[in-house]
Amino acid sequence: MKQTNKNPVLAVGPFHPLQEEMEFYQLTLDGEIVTDIDVRLSYNHRGIEKISETLQFDQIPYLVSRICGICSASHPLAYVQAVEELADVKPPVRALYVRTIINELERIHSHLLWVGLAGHFIGYDTVFMWAWRYREPVLDLLEEITGNRNNYGNVKVGGCREDIPNEIKPKLLKELELIERKTDMLTKAVLDDPVLHARLKGVGVLKKEDAVKFCVTGPTARGSGIDIDVRRDDPYAAYNDLDWKVIVQQQGDVFAKAVVRLLETFESIKIVKQALNKMPDGPILTEVKEIPAGEAVGHAEAPRGETFHYVRSDGGNRPVRHKVRAPSYVNVPSFKASCLGQHIADVTITLAAVDPCYSCTERLAVVDRHQNTMLTFDELLKMSRQKTERIATDMGLPKLNPPLVDKDGGP
Amino acid sequence: MSWKIKALKKSPWVFHVNTGACNNCDIEIVDLLTPRFDVERFGIKLVGSPRHADALLVTGVVTAQAVKRLEEVYKQTPKPCVVFAIGACACQTGIMYGGYHVAGPVDKIIRQIDPGAIIAYVPGCPPKPEAIISGVVKVLSAL
Amino acid sequence: MKVHKIMEQTELTEQLEKIRGKLIAIEQPRPNRLYLSCESENSREIVKFLFEDVGARFCVATAIDADHCFEVLYHFSYDRTGCVISVKAFIRDRNKPSIESVSHFLPAAEWIEREIHDTFGIEFRNHPDMRRLILADDWPQGVYPMRKEGTK
Repeated sequence: MKQTNKNPVLAVGPFHPLQEEMEFYQLTLDGEIVTDIDVRLSYNHRGIEKISETLQFDQIPYLVSRICGICSASHPLAYVQAVEELADVKPPVRALYVRTIINELERIHSHLLWVGLAGHFIGYDTVFMWAWRYREPVLDLLEEITGNRNNYGNVKVGGCREDIPNEIKPKLLKELELIERKTDMLTKAVLDDPVLHARLKGVGVLKKEDAVKFCVTGPTARGSGIDIDVRRDDPYAAYNDLDWKVIVQQQGDVFAKAVVRLLETFESIKIVKQALNKMPDGPILTEVKEIPAGEAVGHAEAPRGETFHYVRSDGGNRPVRHKVRAPSYVNVPSFKASCLGQHIADVTITLAAVDPCYSCTERLAVVDRHQNTMLTFDELLKMSRQKTERIATDMGLPKLNPPLVDKDGGP
Repeated sequence: MSWKIKALKKSPWVFHVNTGACNNCDIEIVDLLTPRFDVERFGIKLVGSPRHADALLVTGVVTAQAVKRLEEVYKQTPKPCVVFAIGACACQTGIMYGGYHVAGPVDKIIRQIDPGAIIAYVPGCPPKPEAIISGVVKVLSAL
Repeated sequence: MKVHKIMEQTELTEQLEKIRGKLIAIEQPRPNRLYLSCESENSREIVKFLFEDVGARFCVATAIDADHCFEVLYHFSYDRTGCVISVKAFIRDRNKPSIESVSHFLPAAEWIEREIHDTFGIEFRNHPDMRRLILADDWPQGVYPMRKEGTK
């Protein structure tokens, strides 16, 4: 974005309690309409690709798991698949199922996290509390299986580290029932709310041709009518053996992306249930003695889209080159298409709709330009919530109609 | 004990700073607000500006780009304040050790501008919300 | 590979014949992985062909400091068959490494070309917006951390 003298850039504190990441978006406004948008990355750049060259092949999953907290299963999986391709190694079938289960559980809690954040951005704090509360059982399940709520450390070149003991399957299936019920309640409340329809439909539209131009992936693409999903297009783990649907919506607005994520959550629950029932007995690791020289790619469908890893080896213990591309790296730049022409009150939710995994790419702090006035992120958030209030008032409805009621009494 | 520290112990207002983290620690911090942990019932509040904060919850390795920002935030926070380094990255850069863009860890950067800063460490990758609460409570009780 | 995918993969292979003359080699280590190597002078045309004619989706570009040369790999995904096609461009001049940018017709490549410029010091000719992307404001000019010599 070229510096224009008309609208000087003013750096504004990037911190907001619920924003988590340091961001530097720079918006240029004409009145209250966004005419240009840019991003200053760097705050989160840790130089992981270079660190990778100093680690051994089996240490790298621990590193890449920490690229991003919520894609912490997808990154190591994509990497390990690249190395397995390089070494021509096939993990045992049971390991493929374990990988599938963990990755889908991650998708569930990641999508619930997004729903909560999106709710917060537009003033639905009940949705935020609800969604994050019902993430907890999913995190508990993951802790039960892998020993950690995040950063599972379960994939290894050749298979998995920890198995899912058959004895705990009934417990896992029972927990999934609860999670499914709560997600169903949340989904109905959210998708049937007329205020939400009015607030999110037509907002932040990413047209299909722009989505193709920016090569977006994941729900960002599927919300704009692009029917792609790595799990189906280039199957890995156990996805080919299971019955599930790719969810696609056509409108490209924030509402469409919300629908994609919510319905995908149900597909993920379906996948986990099937996988738990279909898992064959057997080992979970194929021993790998050495990695030959060569190069390979591995990709996986993270909650945000395609995670892409490229690995080159010279036959030694460490990679010669390891390229990591997180989904947000291609999704975030699409803001050029989806944010321009938007009202300032819609910017936060439009940017959030891409579900920028802030660590995955780099991160953005809201820097605002409006002639000589500054707009803090808090102020942008306030505008976003005020818009929702206005819509609710105009319609004569309370937000969340019907309200979220926990009939189960839950934890 | 000064009245300020007394007030701080009663209901600490905390400000969250991410200096280059993977998001896990940050999400666990935000998790503190959610119904299962609900730290607001202890009076712990997440505020939107360092100027209102009694304690900083700092996550991340402190990347080269984040150094100035962290220093600014620290300067803006009224003293006395406690800096909590949350997570392995903030405590001693964790697995990001030696990265070319890593300037941290947190205590190194803070002590450059205030050698007498009060810094507490909550290790973990990420530390569980219970661990974060425990760390905050322990430190404030010891003050 | 399922039947319709095999057919589409065959069509893809036929299409690639159109640019065969610009390539040094086509390697296919497995059915759904293709590596098209070329001199950097031809990379722009090949990338344009893959994006506009074949309709493949750009994933990312990888730069490599390969001792005697630099390599820039443009990775594409042909989602219809799940084939990953990587264009491997060799930049022979190590002293002033330079390659034609593809960002004009492929906006998805804008950021990664800026990142490679930051970290490897490779020039992308005619890039629409070559500004620093991921290194800190006060990172010294001329220090390319991803090169073999790193930050020394």
